[in-house]
Amino acid sequence: MNVSINKPALSTAAKAISISDVNLYYGALHVLKDINLEIKPGEFFAFLGPSGCGKTTLLRLIAGFNTARNGKVVIGGEDVLNMPSWKREVGMVFQSYALWPHMTVARNVAFGLEERRLPRAEIDARVQAALALVGLEKLADRRPSQLSGGQQQRVALARTIAIEPKVLLLDEPLSNLDAKMRVEVRRELRELQQRLQLTTIFVTHDQEEANTVCDRIAVFNEGRIQQVGTPMDLYEKPANLFVANFLGTANILDGRVIGSGANRTFEVTGAGSIPIPPGTDVPAGAKLVFRPQYATIGYVQPGWVSLSGTVMHCEFLGATVRYGIAVGTATVMIDVPFHSGAGLLPIGSPTVLGLQPSSALWLAE
Amino acid sequence: MAFVASMPTRRFAAKPGQVIAVSVIALFLLVFLIIPAGTVIYTAFTEKGTGALTVVNFIDFFNTDLFRRSFFNSIYVSGMSVVWATVIALPLAVLTTRFDFRGSLIIQTLGFVPLIMPPFVGAVAMQLLFGRNGTVNLILNDWFGIRLPFMEGLNGVIFVQSLHYFPFILINLSTSLRNIDRSMEEAAQNLGSSGIRLFRRIVFPLAMPGYLAGASLVFVKVFDDLATPLLLNVKDMLAPQAYLRVTSVGLTDPMGYVISVILIVVSIFAMWLSAVAMRGKDYSTTQRGGGGLAKRKLSRGESVIAYGVVALILLLVLSPHIGLLLLSFATVWSFSPMPDDFTMAHYARVFGESSIYIKNTLIYASLAGLIDVVIGGAIAYIVLRTKIIGRRWLDWAATAALAIPGVVLGIGYLRTFYGITLPGGTPLATLWVMVVLALAIRRLPYALRACYAALQQVSESLEEAAENLGATKQRTIRRIVLPLMTGGLLAGFVTSFSTAAVELSATLMLIQSNSDAPIAYGLYVFMQSPAGRGPGAALGVIAVVLVAVCTLLSHYVIERRQRAIGMNK
Repeated sequence: MNVSINKPALSTAAKAISISDVNLYYGALHVLKDINLEIKPGEFFAFLGPSGCGKTTLLRLIAGFNTARNGKVVIGGEDVLNMPSWKREVGMVFQSYALWPHMTVARNVAFGLEERRLPRAEIDARVQAALALVGLEKLADRRPSQLSGGQQQRVALARTIAIEPKVLLLDEPLSNLDAKMRVEVRRELRELQQRLQLTTIFVTHDQEEANTVCDRIAVFNEGRIQQVGTPMDLYEKPANLFVANFLGTANILDGRVIGSGANRTFEVTGAGSIPIPPGTDVPAGAKLVFRPQYATIGYVQPGWVSLSGTVMHCEFLGATVRYGIAVGTATVMIDVPFHSGAGLLPIGSPTVLGLQPSSALWLAE
Repeated sequence: MAFVASMPTRRFAAKPGQVIAVSVIALFLLVFLIIPAGTVIYTAFTEKGTGALTVVNFIDFFNTDLFRRSFFNSIYVSGMSVVWATVIALPLAVLTTRFDFRGSLIIQTLGFVPLIMPPFVGAVAMQLLFGRNGTVNLILNDWFGIRLPFMEGLNGVIFVQSLHYFPFILINLSTSLRNIDRSMEEAAQNLGSSGIRLFRRIVFPLAMPGYLAGASLVFVKVFDDLATPLLLNVKDMLAPQAYLRVTSVGLTDPMGYVISVILIVVSIFAMWLSAVAMRGKDYSTTQRGGGGLAKRKLSRGESVIAYGVVALILLLVLSPHIGLLLLSFATVWSFSPMPDDFTMAHYARVFGESSIYIKNTLIYASLAGLIDVVIGGAIAYIVLRTKIIGRRWLDWAATAALAIPGVVLGIGYLRTFYGITLPGGTPLATLWVMVVLALAIRRLPYALRACYAALQQVSESLEEAAENLGATKQRTIRRIVLPLMTGGLLAGFVTSFSTAAVELSATLMLIQSNSDAPIAYGLYVFMQSPAGRGPGAALGVIAVVLVAVCTLLSHYVIERRQRAIGMNK
């Protein structure tokens, strides 16, 4: 172990996580379906999805609180699937923090080190180091109940880091904080993770959290991984309707494909048809998907396609105005930049929608 | 919103009805709790004859060998009862709450069975099973040539009391254990802890408040219990001494009062100690983002051991009941492992001669339960829903009854009301109504908790909605609050009823004639003579069945009601 004089280092060597063919059942309920995932050493990785999608279940599987019927969970080259949780060296920060109320902050942080029967002096040094890392040296003798939510969260983090885990698991770490703290803490988390170069998995249902702190994201739904990629990948190239809808606002129009080869068009139900750019992959049962900012209202730029619609409502959001436009049987959202002095389109007036063909996506469920 | 928040709250002025209610309750508590208890304390500090204030009685007490021995015996018996009750309750609580254990419900239910029978009733059966010439020792002697002194002297009291009162520890400890969120344990596992170490460092410390609450209750209950030591013929303990002084030496002897004061002080001290130990330790850790309760699976080997231990404990716990049942059907049962023959004669005799006991019990216990629910409900409403000055005092006064042992209350009633005679010449103190009032006062703290719980379930906005639609306070209470509280009030009634039905300490002091006596008293009288044991046991079985049936019935009613109005989650 490398020890420097000023600060006893918490040494961590980044480990890769490899999950293959994992299935998990609660009784007859199939909770995790064919999970395959590769997480690189030192990566900040998010499990993102709505509640009940299986993301926390997978996290608890990695921590050793759930067991899978088959498959492999390899951490740093070692299959841990049949290892009890207390031998895995996988640090987890619980959503509720799970600080023990009958112990002081320092005792909480020392716990894992005491369980490892380390010499007292080393325990003290590492507790100090861990608390220093999260900026709580002064609160070592407090009880968890005397701390604010943010401080409790840092204690939970320090307690986990103190054992120098192979990987760090964060279960909805920001959900018990208020909105302002959330932004602050997520930056700190990112900073800490970069400094320690610790492979980290972050479970959240909030796309903004995942987007802002994580290198890559796995989007979960109904027990399956829908897509894995960087935040921008997921936003620009969603693999299916679920991902498109879950990350950001997406307009979705029903319709059907007509023709074949280079002459394919997509007939939007009740609103005319638009050409499909040659070479576009259109899965069976696909719907037309586009983001609110990739369309214009009232005019069509050269090379763009158009759809007719009716203004249904409008919301002034400051920098932009969001219009609801009825197109056929659906209503789509279009964001228009707001310019000082510009008027708003009257409700009920017919208008035309311009759509950039390259920003249009055809996605299935 | 801001307007609503800044509006003056609606309950500054007390309504006349509320003032009357507060006054009536205050008067009731004053006359039947505070004055009798105060009289006992005052008498203990006055010189016999002159009435001058003095501490000489206490010096006398500690200078008397018998009293000193009684004092230490009482402490020893209570302490050891806590230890043994813990030994019984701990495995049951841990297995049923922390493990995937089949039959948890049965254990939790059977665990409560001891409470629905007065401990002294079991004591006689325990003599026959575990006494020097009881079943177990006869068998042990046959097989190994040894006898174990289960029931000799203080051992007997400890044995009977710990078997009887362990449910208090079981209930409280189980609740605490159930309130520990699984993330507490998982965090420890995640950091490398497991097994016994995990239990010792995390689980047990978190369950400590519940354990202490239960343990202090057991200590106090055993310390105050009168009938069990009396029936086991152990006289050198405090409660029996107080009783014997007052009944044999007389109401003017100061020693009975001195002992009473010591009983009160030790009760309060034990409760205070547990309160101090628990201060700031509300460890209820089920919380947002928590994962609920962790239940572990047992391996095959562990299962065998666990079921074995549980079966053994349950057999032990139910042995007073089994013994009682055998005894109630036995012709002769002496110096033999089992009765010689079986008969229905005891039941016939009990139903023939002693149905008066049953009738009296039903009357006393239901009246006491009724008084408790009415007063408890009223106090709960006044404390939670009004701003009348001094409302907290009602709560404190009613709760203070916890610290007054039955013997002490009995002595207090005798002292306070003996001088007051009715037109017929009978002293007020010996009127059966006094028994009812004593029972009501003794059970009030428990009923009060039930009433609080019931009222807290009723959202205030439901009442505000009624008032908003034009209902007066009284009509809101009648049409909204009471119907919604019914389940909780019934639960309070049952608690009071079933415990009052088997209470003896205060009754023993106040009952003067057989015709006024409830079952507990009848049992005590029967159990005193060997010939009375059969009918006594039959009466005991009837009491157990009576209380069990009432409890089950009310559970059923409460469940159905809760489901009907959708209050079950």
